[in-house]
Amino acid sequence: MTLVSSVLDWTTGGEGIAFQNCSACGHRWYFRRDFCPRCGSGSPVDRQASGLGIVHAATLVTRAPSEELRVYAPYLIVLVDADEGFRLMAHGAAQLRIGARVRSRFVFFGGRLVPFFDPV
Amino acid sequence: MSYVTGVGLTPFGKHPGRTTLDLMSEAATAALTDAQLERADVDGLLCAYSTTFPHLMLSTTFVEHFGLSPTYAHSILLGGATGFAMAMLAHTLVQSGLVRNVLVVAGENRLTAQSRDAAVQTLAQVGHAEYEVPLGATIPAYYALVASRYMHEHGTTEADLAELAVLMRRNAVSHPGAQFREPITAQDVLASKPIASPLKLLDCCPVSDGGVAFVIGREPTGGSRVRIRGTGQAHTHQYVTGAPSLTEFGAKASVERAAESAGIILTDVRYAAIYDSFTITLTILLEEIGLAPRGQAGQKARAGYFDRDGRLPLNTHGGLLSYGHCGAGGAMAHLVEAQRQMSGRAGARQLKDVSLALLHGDGGVLSSHVSLVLEAQ
Repeated sequence: MTLVSSVLDWTTGGEGIAFQNCSACGHRWYFRRDFCPRCGSGSPVDRQASGLGIVHAATLVTRAPSEELRVYAPYLIVLVDADEGFRLMAHGAAQLRIGARVRSRFVFFGGRLVPFFDPV
Repeated sequence: MSYVTGVGLTPFGKHPGRTTLDLMSEAATAALTDAQLERADVDGLLCAYSTTFPHLMLSTTFVEHFGLSPTYAHSILLGGATGFAMAMLAHTLVQSGLVRNVLVVAGENRLTAQSRDAAVQTLAQVGHAEYEVPLGATIPAYYALVASRYMHEHGTTEADLAELAVLMRRNAVSHPGAQFREPITAQDVLASKPIASPLKLLDCCPVSDGGVAFVIGREPTGGSRVRIRGTGQAHTHQYVTGAPSLTEFGAKASVERAAESAGIILTDVRYAAIYDSFTITLTILLEEIGLAPRGQAGQKARAGYFDRDGRLPLNTHGGLLSYGHCGAGGAMAHLVEAQRQMSGRAGARQLKDVSLALLHGDGGVLSSHVSLVLEAQ
């Protein structure tokens, strides 16, 4: 499924975080699909996230999965609860702790853009 | 009614030159011998998967290779939960009357057939290909995210986690087939090299070669009277990003279904075989199932509660953490050990009372749960 052109998303090379919103039941979610996973209604709406949220979980990855990514290690992977009501995985500043208020920017990692959260 | 009529388990570790089919065949031969059955007696076959031999039709490949002609066969894939899911299905098939003897078999040369990086990358693919894997996430990282949240909410410490690694190693010391048999201390675990905080090397199960098989049958052909009394499952998500919670999973619901179908309560259980891919996995499963209070699994391990002579012996073969983890066969080794304990054949590791056992496995990132209740008659 393709995104509405005005909504930017890092998984397709844009500097933004997209999510979806069900126009029938109001449910919001992160992984793109063409129906609402809660009520089954079709035609969800693509939305642009503000990039603001709170750290829900965090791990400092020392053992990278490949030679290509070894140069980045250690890197912090976080799960962030976005203000808009969905959860996403991203990178973050090494000092981030659970509960921290954060804002996103975008950095290159392994040859592509990924979301990176800094403390607000 | 169905019985675990025979079991087969190779040592885990390095089996250089041995293929997936070699390891499956070795384990299957041992299981059939143990069940006192011939190939012709096998009318059902359930296989898993092998990341080093990703054939589309592993079950019929094994049918041809091993020389079987079952009336029912296929593979199933459910990550770490595959082994117990196959046991549950075999039990259901036998109970339905469709088949008499189901051979369940898995094996993989996961350690020696590829580089460590290749194994790490293949396993990371259980994560989301677009939203998670590009971030350099790995299986340890997914579980480490869960660990960070769980420890934040329940007060579990890294030293608590370490106790479970120490316990699994202590158990493995007396099993000649275990991959790691050198005793370790909590300090060794805490000082081991960082992988994905809070998980360190000794909080993680190894990558192993190995093969495991068992036969689920209508009659106790092998003389061991260990029957499957109840089963249950629960599935809530696949990806850690999409998990409904990082502190409550499907384990409780799965075990409740198994206990209800068996007509037992948790305090009846005398032996526990619980999936332990990481120390945090074992901690969460023990606590969510209710075998330890929240935040106290490590403390109970330290106090001897899960020791061989403790109140609830746990994974006496050493678990995934020390016996090893060869993929779908990893958790099947837990079932083999339970069956041997329950039929009085665990040798130096033999426990006194193993009348009722609870087995629980998970796949993905605590995504898929399967529980079994076994009873010694």
